[in-house]
Formats: sequence, structure tokens, C-alpha cells
Amino acid sequence: MSMRNKRLTRTVAAGALLLALAGCTAPTPWVKPYEREHFADPIMSFNRDPISSVYLDHVLESREGSRGATGAVGGGCGCN
Amino acid sequence: MRKKIAAIVTALAISLAALATTTPTGPAPAFTLASRAGQEVSLAQYKGQVVMINFWASWCGPCRQEMPLLESIYKKYNKMGFTMLGVNVEPDSNAANEWLKATPVSFPILYDRDSKVSKLYDVAGMPSTVIIDRSGKLRVLHRGYKPGDENEYLDSIRSLIRE
Amino acid sequence: MQLSEVRVARAESTRILTPFSRTLLALCVIGAPALGGVLPEDRADVMWHNYNGGDLTVEGPSVLVQKKVGDSLSFSAGYYEDMISSASIDVKLSASPYHETRKQENVGVEYLHGKTTYSMGYIHSKEPDYIANTTFYSISQDMFGDLTTVTIGYRRAWDQVYRDIKQPSGEIVNDPTFHERADHRGYTLSISQILTRNLIADFNYELLTDQGYLANPYRKIRYLSPGQGQGFTLADQVYPNTRTSNAASIQLKYYLPWRAAVAGQYRFFRDTWGIVGHTVEGDYTATWRQWVFDGMVRWYTQTHADFYSDLFPYANYQNFMARDRELASFTDWTVGAGAAYQFKVPGAPWISKSTANVRFDHLFIDYKDFRNALLAADYGAGNEPLYKLDANIFQVFVSIWF
Repeated sequence: MSMRNKRLTRTVAAGALLLALAGCTAPTPWVKPYEREHFADPIMSFNRDPISSVYLDHVLESREGSRGATGAVGGGCGCN
Repeated sequence: MRKKIAAIVTALAISLAALATTTPTGPAPAFTLASRAGQEVSLAQYKGQVVMINFWASWCGPCRQEMPLLESIYKKYNKMGFTMLGVNVEPDSNAANEWLKATPVSFPILYDRDSKVSKLYDVAGMPSTVIIDRSGKLRVLHRGYKPGDENEYLDSIRSLIRE
Repeated sequence: MQLSEVRVARAESTRILTPFSRTLLALCVIGAPALGGVLPEDRADVMWHNYNGGDLTVEGPSVLVQKKVGDSLSFSAGYYEDMISSASIDVKLSASPYHETRKQENVGVEYLHGKTTYSMGYIHSKEPDYIANTTFYSISQDMFGDLTTVTIGYRRAWDQVYRDIKQPSGEIVNDPTFHERADHRGYTLSISQILTRNLIADFNYELLTDQGYLANPYRKIRYLSPGQGQGFTLADQVYPNTRTSNAASIQLKYYLPWRAAVAGQYRFFRDTWGIVGHTVEGDYTATWRQWVFDGMVRWYTQTHADFYSDLFPYANYQNFMARDRELASFTDWTVGAGAAYQFKVPGAPWISKSTANVRFDHLFIDYKDFRNALLAADYGAGNEPLYKLDANIFQVFVSIWF
């Protein structure tokens, strides 16, 4: 491996290691756990009723050319 | 290069502080809070007893799941020089009181409405449980709740009561 | 450094990485405490949906069940049906009105370990002329004090495409000479971030690639043919056999002190077919006693695919040609409102919560370069009015949590 590739591999490996360990370290969160009550409220969920949001996404995707990045996973269909 | 990797790994290892149960050191910070019964309750009045403080909120699922188990622990060891304090961290106590009506507990419930005590005890997860020994020193800090954690609590309480 | 020194250094560094840091890595990925990451709640939903617009009606049931087993596993299963009655503008131009039913089943499993959630699922969709199988996998990780959730996902789908023809007897069968395939792959990255006590952001990126038969086998293109028929002649569509698309969206949701929430979203889409799409959406959720109300306004605009045209100048104008209005230039508006009522089920203490929900959306599509070819006789081919579509989307469902 060339010196440049080695450096790149080590940087990527260090980055991956850091990312993996970041899940374990507990840096000071600026919103404390006891301050997160609003996010426990269902109205703050992005998908409160998945059966409904997935359906509406499916209807709009059948009529439009765009697809993806909606957060929902749908299956394929021959929907004309 | 070797030294660099070793340095990164050691630094990250030291900061690996997110284990659920840690052994803290030092005296438990003093505090006084209003209780559900209406009086002011301070930690100092329990010196000589083993004290377990549970930081909880009505909106936190694992907290609600844990409460009945804390109640049974309290009932069992209360006469042996042990007490439980449930510190509710919600700024508005209405939701907590409503929930307690449906799931009553007999140990004291204190209201930490302005998060003073949560900050003092560096609460980094919901729920959080600390156990203080008879001399007022912090002995156990447990973050989160998973079914089975109550056995850890029982082990700690039993050994601290015998001291 | 000499080559031999480099080799030694590499060997030694591997030794350092092996015992200590690998254990560390293992601990973090496997042994981290369950402080973040929650499995979905146990719930069951039963819905009836109805879409009606442009002489196309699609309605049917939808059922979804989510159930935890133990503390670490959650299973989901769903069934969905589309009962289609179509006499749409496309059907009227080149085919005859039809009825058919599409049935879809899906299963999924989620496994929570510490702050990581692993999930996978399978979707099977079957209709008389299309069979689609999809498998998807994702890993979700809570990090940085549980304020951030990062999810990566992979999806793979295999489709079998058939074409229905009507026998002289009136029976609908698959055309034995027509059997195509389409393959799809998708990659997603999502980042959810708590920004303040009241504000949360969600970023989504999705890359999709398709290969195979990607056209609609029933629809036709038309080209100008003065003096013949209505002034135009229909011909088969020819699509490219690959498509790659990128979509990225950002969504923000803010909690209002009177127990309400306001959200905004923007999505950008671009693909190798030349389609560029922008989506802007605003949502408001309000609560009152047992009720939760939702309001939504969504605006969407897209530019047509490179090989799309409503009317080609002559036959075989270019190698790829399409007239599918989904690939046209248009703007659409969706306005929707929903209401949910939370109630107690008497005599069923195992049901912790239940809601009755109804939702209504109105979709209006304003095509910029798709014309109503059925009016060619009155206006002349190419001068027909631009097509506009109004559709009503209706949902009614009951949810129970247990």
C-alpha cells in the first residue's frame, strides 16, 4: 500500500473507531435527560401513526416522480 | 504511529464512563426538597440509614416500570435502617401526582421542580438511582433501568445495611 | 522509514489494536447499557383507506400489528389491500376501464441491544400483473448523550412485471409474450438530533438505483400525425433500463407550550432521468382534552424527465420516449386534516390506550406539459387544455395499545 493509502486507511480506521466509541462515551448533553419530557409526548413524534403516514407517502409517491427521504420504507408495486 | 494509536485508545478508554453502574466516591451532596406530604425533607435527616434516591418522571417508561419494584424493596427493608426517596424531576408535578394516584407508593416523593438536585447529582440518564451509606457517602450510581436491575439494587442494599 | 521498519511498525500496531481496543469496541457495540434506544410500543391498527380522483378509485383495508417479545425483540406484521377501479385519463386513451386487487403482506423484526437497534423486514406485493418482493435492513445507534440517533439502511427489491390482456371472452389474463424484471437497491442515512428542550431535527438521505423494465406497459406515447385519427398516433413507450436517484430532506419539529407542535420539512430530489423535485411541507398538531388534531399543507413541484413529452413531433423521435404523467412537469398541492379521539375500552384492562382516527387530504395536480389528449378532436393535437387532477384521500382507523 502506498504511504497516502496507508494514511487514508488509518484516518478512516481512527474515524470509525471514534464513531463506534462515541456511542459509549457520554459527553455533556446540552439537553439533560430530565429535560426531555416533551420528546416523550406522542405529538412530538415524526411518525405518530405509521400505518397512516406510510399510506399517504405511498399515494403521493404513486402520483409523483420523486421518491425517498421520507423516513418510511415502502414496498414496490405496479401502481399506475 | 504506534504511540498515536495507543494514545487515542487510552484516552477513549478513560472516557468510557457510560457503564450502567459505577462506584462514585465522596459524600452525597446535601439538599432539601418539598415532599408530597407537604413538608420540607432534607437528606441530612436520614443520616445513619442507608438511603436510596431514585430520580424519576411520569413521562419516562422505564421509570414507571421500575416504581412498583422500588415499592416492594422499600416495604421489605424499611424497618432495617433503609429508606427510599423518589425524586420527581418534572417542573409541573400534576402529571406525576396523577400517575401516583393510579400506582401509589408508600415511600416519600420529593419534587425537584427546578432541577437543582438533578444537577447536583449529575443525573445523566432517566431513571437514575443512587445509594448512600449510613455515614452519608455516595456508594452506588446506577443509570437507566432494565428488568433485572432490581437484583443489583438488592445486593447493594443488603451489603450496605450490614455495615 | 525503511520498508522493513514499516512492516514491523504495522505488525506492532495491529498487536496493540487487537486485545485492548477490540474488547473496547466489542463492549461499546454489544455491552453498552440500555440508556437510549426504545423498541416500538405494542399496538395494533386497523384502517380503511380510499383514494378517489381522476376517475381512479383505490380503496381497501390495512392492518398493522407491533408486539414485543421479551425486552429486546419486537415483531411487526401487516396486511394491506388496494382494490382498484380505473377509468383514468391514461386508461381511457389507450385501454379500457379495469378492476383489480393488489395484496401486500409485510413482516419485520427489531432487536435492541444497548443503544443499538437492528431491524430487518420483508414486503411482498402481488397484483395480477406485478409481483414485488422487498427486503430491508437497518441499524440505528443513539449517540452523544442520546441527543443524536443515526440510522443506516439498505433495501433490495425484485419485481416481476407482467401485462394483462383481455381475451375475446372478456377474461383478463397475462400476455404470455410479456414477462420482464426490475431490480432495485436503496441506501438510506438518517440523523435525528435533539437541538433544544423543545426542538428536534431529522435529516434523511436516500439513494435509489433501479435496473430492468421500469416503464408502465399499458401507457403509450403519442406523436403528431396530421390527417390520421385525431391528429396523433399512439406508440409504445421506451424507457431507459436504469435509473439512479438522490433525495435529501430536513425536518424540524417544535413543541409549543400549550401542548401543540409545529413542523416544517423540505425535500430535494434529483435523478438520472432529469427529474428535479422540490417538496415543502408544514404541519401543525393541536390537542384538546381527549382529542389530537393535525393540519398539513404540502407543496410539490417537479421538472419533467429528459425523455418525456406529451406529443412527439414524429415516430421514433428519440431513443427513449415516455408520456407517463408522473414524469411530466407539474406542481401539486396537498391540504390535509385529521382528528384522533382517545377513549377507554370498557371491560378490557389489557388495552392501555385506544384511539379512533379520521383523516382527509385533498390533492390537486396542475400539469404544465401534460395535456388532455381525449379532447384532441375539439382543440387539435397539441393544443388541448393542460390536464388538472383533483383527488380526495380518506383514512379512517382505530388503534389500540396493549
